[in-house]
Amino acid sequence: MSNKILSVRGLSRIHGEQCPLCISSTGPENDTNICPHCGSVVAAHDVNFDLYRGEILGIIGESGSGKSSTVKMLYFDETPTAGSATFYDGDVQHDMFALNAAQQRSMRNKRFGMVYQNPHLGLNFQISAGGNIAERLLMSDLKHYGEIRTRAGDLLVRTEVARVRMDQNPKTFSGGMQQRVQIAKALATQPPLLFLDEVTTGLDLSVQAAILDLILEIQHELGTAMIVVTHDLGVIRLLAGRTLVMKHGRVIESGLTDQILEDPQHAYTQRLVASAL
Amino acid sequence: MNAILTIENYAKTFCLHERNKLIPSASHVNLSVYPGKLTALIGPTGAGKSSVLKGVYRTYLPSAGRMLFRTASGEIVDLAQADEHLILELRKSEIGFVTQFLHCLPRKSALDVVAEPLFARGVETEEARGRAADLLAQLAVPSHLWNVPPATFSGGEKQRVNLARGLIAQPRLLLLDEPTASLDPATTERVVAHLETLKGSGIAMLAIFHHPDLVRRLADSVIELSPPVAIVEPVEEIA
Ligand SMILES: Nc1ncnc2c1ncn2[C@@H]1O[C@H](COP(=O)(O)OP(=O)(O)OP(=O)(O)O)[C@@H](O)[C@H]1O
Ligand SMILES: [Mg+2]
Ligand SMILES: [Zn+2]
Repeated sequence: MSNKILSVRGLSRIHGEQCPLCISSTGPENDTNICPHCGSVVAAHDVNFDLYRGEILGIIGESGSGKSSTVKMLYFDETPTAGSATFYDGDVQHDMFALNAAQQRSMRNKRFGMVYQNPHLGLNFQISAGGNIAERLLMSDLKHYGEIRTRAGDLLVRTEVARVRMDQNPKTFSGGMQQRVQIAKALATQPPLLFLDEVTTGLDLSVQAAILDLILEIQHELGTAMIVVTHDLGVIRLLAGRTLVMKHGRVIESGLTDQILEDPQHAYTQRLVASAL
Repeated sequence: MNAILTIENYAKTFCLHERNKLIPSASHVNLSVYPGKLTALIGPTGAGKSSVLKGVYRTYLPSAGRMLFRTASGEIVDLAQADEHLILELRKSEIGFVTQFLHCLPRKSALDVVAEPLFARGVETEEARGRAADLLAQLAVPSHLWNVPPATFSGGEKQRVNLARGLIAQPRLLLLDEPTASLDPATTERVVAHLETLKGSGIAMLAIFHHPDLVRRLADSVIELSPPVAIVEPVEEIA
């Protein structure tokens, strides 16, 4: 078994008709992700990286740089226009974008987890917190009502949501608590790979710190590999061992996180780090 | 004896795009570090002492030269070129770095901050905490502080926590950047004694000390660095 859990090559997502000049007229050198010839949006182009088991990879960059597009493609929320991704699940290799819809759904439900910035995307606000988790447990192999209920409660307790809140609707929860329920839901099937998209953005600082701690604890306990998308350098400093920097749909730099922060190579990264000091 | 680390012609130059400037921070550095021995880096401010340590740890990307590290399994790895995942692996198990400052995790007790490198290696929680407590006691951190997050500690207390965190996993190569800078004489003595014990156990060290006296007492070899010559030509804009 290799150490690799995910291998991404040439991953791209272009919105619009596309013309032969889309790539050469966009990107950091052209200071845009919109093709001036055909108006297509190059949300992400030629993203490459390997993720190892238990590793946390950060993706940082300004708004619109393609961070979310990248993880959404990997979580099958969006379809790439080019590129491939291989998921190494134990001894089995999956060519992710060659799978059929049912296989992708199963991978997403059982082997991956996603936590969105906006809890409305990750949670069903028509049902209780426990129900949200039960939904995901039902899609895996757990079928017995009592078992599901116990496990959902355990997950909420693990993410520091009181068990008594299980039957309440997450609509009534604070932002920080909604994120905890999302994390509990994402962890329900004990996936080896978790995507986190701006999970602490917009929360109070103390709530942010507590959620980041929780993420680190989970990574330590379960050895979950994670891709953490953020525009906050503090978040990657705390969580990520390696980091990709994106701008206008391209990865402009990647490296060990402390190196990206202390010895950034690209002009854009140097500005980003300098402005955060 | 075989060196554990041999640095050949290391140089580091920062390229600041915004200001269109090249800033050299170290050049022509050559040295070796041996198991159970301490190599001290000396030289005036700006001579590039920390830039050498950060290059070895790959917090800085070396601009030139080789940094040949002999791993526990006997392989020779050029740290200047090695794959990032290998560097992360070596940091976890073979190369430790004690910096001047503690970059602390929120909400964690001092005990867990110190035990963290052991957790990362899969040592059992209780055993790791026990070893952390022993080390904090040795470095005279009062026991009533052990269960408190170090955020509110004094400079010297933080530094000892930081030191304990760097020393606990007993890496094969230890990088030390002024580990005693804000300690009182009595505590400094404890640290010196501890470093001597670690040397005795075969750990190799590359160190920067604030006090010449510590260099005299601990160093087996001394490398003097002089500030690199500034480059004045403007650079071509890359990005
Ligand atoms: N369905 C779509 N149609 C057209 N353009 C899109 C679509 N989805 C995303 N984009 C564009 O793709 C680019 C990348 O978007 P993405 O959401 O990946 O950015 P991001 O890096 O996550 O930004 P933020 O930090 O604001 O979340 C943006 O310019 C966005 O407007
Ligand atoms: Mg986004
Ligand atoms: Zn076009």
